[in-house]
Amino acid sequence: MNVAFALGAVVAVAATILMITRKNPVHALLYFVVSLLASAVVMFVLGAAFVAALEVIVYAGAIMVLFVFVIMLIGPERIPIPGKAWIGPSILSLVLLAEVGWVLAQGSFTGQPAVEVTPKQVGMALFGPYILGAEVAAFLLLAGLVGAFHLGRRAVQDERKK
Amino acid sequence: MLSWTWCIPALPLAGFLVLAVLGGRLPRAATATIGAGSVFLSFAAAAAAGASFLASPPAGGSFTYVLWQWITAGSFSPSLSFTIDALSVVMMLVVTGVGFLIHLYSTRFMADEEGYSRFFAYMNLFVGSMLILVMASNLLLLYLGWEGVGLCSFLLIGFWYKDPENARSARKAFIVTRIGDVSLAIGLFLLVTTLGTLEVKEIAQKAAAQWQTGSTLAVAVAALLLGGAVGKSAQLPLQTWLPDAMAGPSPVSALIHAATMVTAGVYLIARTNALFILAPPVQLAVGIIGAAGVLLAGMSALTQRNIKRVLAYSTMSQLGYMFLALGIGAWSGAIFHLVTHAFFKSLLFLGGGVLILAMNHEHDIYAMGGLAKKSPFTFWMFLIASLTLAAIPPTTAGFSSKDLILALAWQSGGAGRVFWALGLAGVFVTSVYIFRLVFIVFAGPPRAEVHGHGHAAGKNGQQAGPVMGIPLAILAALCLGGGLLALPHDLGGSPYILSFLNTALPAGSIPETPLRTEWILQVVSEAASLLGIPVAWLVYRRSRTAPAAAAAAATPGQVAPAARLPAVARFLQSGWGFDWLYDAVFVRPFVWIAKVNVRDVVDRIVADGVGGLLMLLSRAVRWTQNGRVRWYAAGLAAGAALIVAAVVLL
Amino acid sequence: MASIPYELGLLLAGVLFAIGGVGVITRRNLLMILLCVEVMLNAAGLAFIVGGSRWGQADGQVMFIFLISMAAAEVAVGLALLLLHFGRSRTLDADALKASERSPSAPEAVGDER
Repeated sequence: MNVAFALGAVVAVAATILMITRKNPVHALLYFVVSLLASAVVMFVLGAAFVAALEVIVYAGAIMVLFVFVIMLIGPERIPIPGKAWIGPSILSLVLLAEVGWVLAQGSFTGQPAVEVTPKQVGMALFGPYILGAEVAAFLLLAGLVGAFHLGRRAVQDERKK
Repeated sequence: MLSWTWCIPALPLAGFLVLAVLGGRLPRAATATIGAGSVFLSFAAAAAAGASFLASPPAGGSFTYVLWQWITAGSFSPSLSFTIDALSVVMMLVVTGVGFLIHLYSTRFMADEEGYSRFFAYMNLFVGSMLILVMASNLLLLYLGWEGVGLCSFLLIGFWYKDPENARSARKAFIVTRIGDVSLAIGLFLLVTTLGTLEVKEIAQKAAAQWQTGSTLAVAVAALLLGGAVGKSAQLPLQTWLPDAMAGPSPVSALIHAATMVTAGVYLIARTNALFILAPPVQLAVGIIGAAGVLLAGMSALTQRNIKRVLAYSTMSQLGYMFLALGIGAWSGAIFHLVTHAFFKSLLFLGGGVLILAMNHEHDIYAMGGLAKKSPFTFWMFLIASLTLAAIPPTTAGFSSKDLILALAWQSGGAGRVFWALGLAGVFVTSVYIFRLVFIVFAGPPRAEVHGHGHAAGKNGQQAGPVMGIPLAILAALCLGGGLLALPHDLGGSPYILSFLNTALPAGSIPETPLRTEWILQVVSEAASLLGIPVAWLVYRRSRTAPAAAAAAATPGQVAPAARLPAVARFLQSGWGFDWLYDAVFVRPFVWIAKVNVRDVVDRIVADGVGGLLMLLSRAVRWTQNGRVRWYAAGLAAGAALIVAAVVLL
Repeated sequence: MASIPYELGLLLAGVLFAIGGVGVITRRNLLMILLCVEVMLNAAGLAFIVGGSRWGQADGQVMFIFLISMAAAEVAVGLALLLLHFGRSRTLDADALKASERSPSAPEAVGDER
């Protein structure tokens, strides 16, 4: 199983790096999907099969599809990025990464057997102690829905005016 | 009786308030009445207090009257309180008595001037402050009066403020005496911090108990007090202001710069004699300063053209005698000379004022001449005063006091003998300069025809009216008879005023003068004085030729430009070059620094610097708000990195 | 399940997060920026999973569910805004978003005469 973990990790990182360097947003999007799938594999290896499935279905399946729709509506716009622009942000991120690494270095890198957490457990947790969070998430989704609807209507009206 | 002595300073101050508020609206007669009247009432009160004091002297020789608690700061709580003892009684009588005569005189003298009420308001304020000074029982109240008289001196010197020269003289007087005032203030601070009190009696007791004779602290305090006295009394090294102070009206010169304010320094040293006794080096310095001043000022007076400047240097010289007396420990002698000096010096100034007014504000003695025939009364008054100054009988005042000082100087031995010699030389020089003045102004043919103003001729005819004449006469009488207060033993006199003063001042450790020595000393000093008269006559004869041409070119009110005097004479005339010295050493560098610092370095560093720094910072901060989204995102990332670092590392 | 050092999992999450951060700052295409934000969210979620798996509790997964729902709502509204913006300025360049250049059209956005 370590192999699966390693493979999944490598693919995720590689795909993400490729994603941020693509000029064509469609290509970037597809690379991101690959990255998501690789993340799902990692999650599965860690014993969280339920959320691995959720990741694929909701994240890669619904959210990325939204992005595809928007790209279809707008059309791919290729905006170039000069090579110099990568230096500063890279340094920042490396600093952040170094800090994370430093913290992690405090711990011992001994492995422990992965524990599988079943969907049933997740469900019981979600509708047990975290019931309030679930309700709030529902509110959030409602708000997002209404907001998107309202803004979308405006966009259509704007289009009609032109 | 003595509990209402607070009236004595209060009356002139009340006069000042009334005149300051209402003066402009009152008629001249009312202003004059209030101005001179308040001082007269104060004199009456002082006389009553003096009589009461003599009749039934309080225990311990002094009576302290506390008005109220002035300041309470921890353990230091000076009160507003007055001391009535022999010294303050004598000073009070001099200030109010001579002051009243001068006020009376100036009601007529200033009659043609604008600012009449302003003049009397300032004069009353001065008299009030001076009385506070001499009656104060603690040094803080004394300092209040000290500052008050300094202010009034400034205001009155610059009375005719429209002329910038007068303002300059007033400024110079104020600044130079300020240096002395600062020294005095520091001395007071030292006293408060070391002895915890400023009450004169307590200082005397505590200092004697706690300090060794000649200890550093005593010397420091005494030296600082001396600094203050030197400033106010125009002695070395702060003497440069007095000749220029003659820019004020003659009554001002008489009252402030002859009789009272300049004697404040002498009074201060006499009051705080305990501290000076504890610091022999400083007391010696007092004597040295006095002796040097006698000769320095006397020789400068020999060459002056302006009648008031001669008298100013004469004042400086006589104050030198008082300092000399204080230096050898003759406390009462110094005060006695202070009293007689008030009589004859104010008479000289007031008489000079009559002449100046008659000559239409002419101050140059070479432009005057032969006034003996034109103004006989003034001539006789002036002559009496001059004889007193030169200590020549039958005028007893100057004779007694100066003789006393010289005799005591001789008797105190050692340095005293040197002082005696210098004082004797001073007697000769005094006689020469004052009689030079008398001859040039009064003798010979009249020169009044040089000035073509009929006004002047008319004024000369009908002289000083009774309003101006009576004060002159009274002062002359005091000059003639004042010496009887303490006639020398060998002439059959008895030291009334000295014994009276010795109830407040230490009697001193100078041995009694044997009669024979006293005779010899008197003869010697009389010879010196009398020798001065023919020498002055010779000087007068020589002067008749040269400056006549220069005087012809002079305009009224202006002193003729300096004739070609030999270098020595010019040096003496400038007061031994002190003005030039101070200008070069202090004034010019200071003005240079001020010019260089026109943009003010400190201001630039602090104000402009802070401002510039803030602008730099704001520009830097503004740079971060550039409206670019990615820039903000980068900022977020950087902030996150910093915070995580802070949390992780700390 | 084999033994996996959880520090590595967290490290993976950190690396993905960092990469996403670089992308957010560097890219000029608004769409790409949003996409990179999603990368960061995913990485955070991964970290949650790792933590939950370490302790054998469902809390990590529950947090991941909340995270996904939040991401969904955010993407919906964000993309709607993006479309609105594109409708006005015809470009997705982030550098063109300077306020001074948008002022002529701003009142039009505030006032709704329809």
